[in-house]
Amino acid sequence: MAKYDLDDDGVVVIVGSGAGGGTLANELCQKGIQVVLLEAGGHESNDSFVNNEWGSFGQISWLDSRSSSGSWRVGKDFNGLPAWICKTVGGSTTHWAGASLRIQDHEFRVKTEYGDIEGANLLDWPITLKDLEPYYDKAEDKMGVTRTNGIPGLPGNNNFKVMHAGATKLGYKNCHIGRMAINSKPRDGRAHCLQLGFCFQGCKSGAKWSTLVAEIPKAEATGKLDLRPKSHVLKIEQDKTGKVSGVIYADSDGNQHMQKARAVCVAGNSIESPRLLLNSENNQSPNGLANSSGQVGKNYMRHMTGSVYAAFEKPVHMWRGTTMAGIITDESGNDTKRGFVGGYEMETLALGLPFMAAFLDPGAWGHDFTRKMDEYSHMAGMWLVGEDMPQESNAVSLHAENKDQHGMPTPNVHFDDHPNDIAMREHAYKQGSAVYDAAGAKENYLVPPYPSTHNLGTCRMSANAKDGVCNAHGQTHDISNLFISDGSQFTTGAAENPTLTIVTLAIRQADYIAKQMSEKAI
Amino acid sequence: MLDLDLTRRDFLKTSGTVLMGTLAITTGVLSVLAPSQTWALELTKLDKATGQTLLQATRHIFPHATLDDAVYALVVKDLDAAAASDDGVAKLLTRGAAELNTGAGGDWLAADSDKQFAVIEKMAGNDFFEKIKGTAVVSLYNNEMAWAHFGYEGDAWKEGGYLTRGFNDLNWLPDPPADASPAAFSAKS
Ligand SMILES: Cc1cc2nc3c(=O)[nH]c(=O)nc-3n(C[C@H](O)[C@H](O)[C@H](O)COP(=O)(O)OP(=O)(O)OC[C@H]3O[C@@H](n4cnc5c(N)ncnc54)[C@H](O)[C@@H]3O)c2cc1C
Ligand code: SF4
Repeated sequence: MAKYDLDDDGVVVIVGSGAGGGTLANELCQKGIQVVLLEAGGHESNDSFVNNEWGSFGQISWLDSRSSSGSWRVGKDFNGLPAWICKTVGGSTTHWAGASLRIQDHEFRVKTEYGDIEGANLLDWPITLKDLEPYYDKAEDKMGVTRTNGIPGLPGNNNFKVMHAGATKLGYKNCHIGRMAINSKPRDGRAHCLQLGFCFQGCKSGAKWSTLVAEIPKAEATGKLDLRPKSHVLKIEQDKTGKVSGVIYADSDGNQHMQKARAVCVAGNSIESPRLLLNSENNQSPNGLANSSGQVGKNYMRHMTGSVYAAFEKPVHMWRGTTMAGIITDESGNDTKRGFVGGYEMETLALGLPFMAAFLDPGAWGHDFTRKMDEYSHMAGMWLVGEDMPQESNAVSLHAENKDQHGMPTPNVHFDDHPNDIAMREHAYKQGSAVYDAAGAKENYLVPPYPSTHNLGTCRMSANAKDGVCNAHGQTHDISNLFISDGSQFTTGAAENPTLTIVTLAIRQADYIAKQMSEKAI
Repeated sequence: MLDLDLTRRDFLKTSGTVLMGTLAITTGVLSVLAPSQTWALELTKLDKATGQTLLQATRHIFPHATLDDAVYALVVKDLDAAAASDDGVAKLLTRGAAELNTGAGGDWLAADSDKQFAVIEKMAGNDFFEKIKGTAVVSLYNNEMAWAHFGYEGDAWKEGGYLTRGFNDLNWLPDPPADASPAAFSAKS
């Protein structure tokens, strides 16, 4: 592993080692570029991961103080935990389930497709599916996505059997085991899936792609990567010329260091990335870095979500096997006859008993709650995930008083559902229930959203500098050597789980950064 | 395999405050896990009456008729630990237990179940009730006895996963076709 000086201003500094940052680091290192990867969390491994929901939650989650506001139910149920994401080397790819879907063509231009929707700050992406296709190909190959590149699908587990039987009876045409970044057979030096069912807890077998097990080791092998875990970036510095010159970070003892940089790429996930830009305000950038548009932190999206669990006469044992392999895509198009724009996916999801208790009906107690819990071994479950409307008022901002352990203002996440989100959720609940009814369910449980796992849009891409924070390559409109490299770039959310696209954008961005460096543009 | 202090028999010999019970005969699964039929929980901060009250209160908040008291005692264990590290919690719990007694006209534990419920239901939403509920929703469902009771199988890694142990053993619905769900990888094939 490389070790660069704090004064070395030739390095590219990347903040965050998750889907965006970890992939970008590897891609740049493969091109011979020197990278300092600063990660706030510690370095876990397949050995240290645990098959225990709360145990793992304490091990890899981002638990620094956050607050939330707005009328969303998460704000009431989990006020101090608006998002369920990670602080660990590998970021939330240690936690993710692996569902890897491409964004659909029309979802890159929803302003054109959907027209003006009251209260929604819609915008077309400055790129098209065609622009991304070659990079999607690379990402799917890199991640070993099943049902692409000739990689077989995973075998369906019990939870999928229930979904498939119901979907088929209901007349849905597109129900299959999904495209998953999980090895169905050994590939890329990693084992095949053992059907542990602890995909959210790190995947001890290493079958699941993460930047921890795939990108970062490869980047280290180049000798170009200086990975620094437990390094929390507090501020990005801007020099007199307006370019960024480095970052200030706190190490595990809380000591602060200044790392110089030729370019800085921010990939802290959509709450921490805007928080860092806002906290980096200075005389030249009084509203925070790269914020001449005023859009940093705005248009926060988290996908329309909800779950349906259903109880059956006979046992299901849904926790056995992959947490989320199985999908119905019939509702993912834009069919406004349903009463809303955009679409949603229906994906199998299982929770262990501990998380089921926490999420089934947060705050509930008494016989009605325990009666449902008693059905646990006979339950099947699915997650509903669809496009939500960007709203300028849904925003990440710095808390006026609260500070974290490093003295950095904590982030507040404000969110109100858009009427379109609510209409879509109601439809999705109805269809999810219909699937399980068709499979013979005794009863369906409509489960409200979990803390946000898909956090998007807070530094969005735009063709025009006044509408967003970065251009089609994630380069900020205001500062040429400052990049956004995570899901914050999303102009709109699309219906699909976002990570494949985050990885795709990172691969594409690496090409662009390398080119800009060789041309001495940055 | 109770990883709790619950079954440490030497606690029975200590002079501390001890909650005790016998595993109900009906809970066969638990008796396999438990090294003995009796359990004991030593309280470090709360007195025995408060401990018993909290156990019964938890039974009303999360009523599972056949779930053994030994599992509910784990909630008391965590509440006791919280009380030991925070005087405010200790006061909250002791005062809440006293309030239950007042509400029942003296001895809440001695009242019949309907009466007990009527009293505790009125406290729903207050700090005492929320403290028990918030602790219990984690503690009650996050232990191996509860997992055995509900049929959840816990740690899969130590058993090698479910690939050969029933991840797809559901047989009361038709199997999906291979194009939707192919056969599993096997090193032999
Ligand atoms: C339970 C769960 C299941 C999921 N399942 C799926 C799925 O099936 N499919 C899918 O597409 N997506 C899924 N996701 C979402 C997926 O994990 C995220 O979309 C993706 O990881 C986001 O990538 P990112 O680079 O934006 O951020 P992350 O992967 O979250 O990485 C951000 C990293 O930055 C670090 N960081 C933040 N701030 C700082 C700072 N100031 N200094 C230093 N480091 C910092 C964090 O510690 C973290 O490690 C799931 C998420 C969860 C939680
Ligand atoms: S089910 Fe497969 S992907 Fe999930 S944790 Fe197990 S081995 Fe990993």
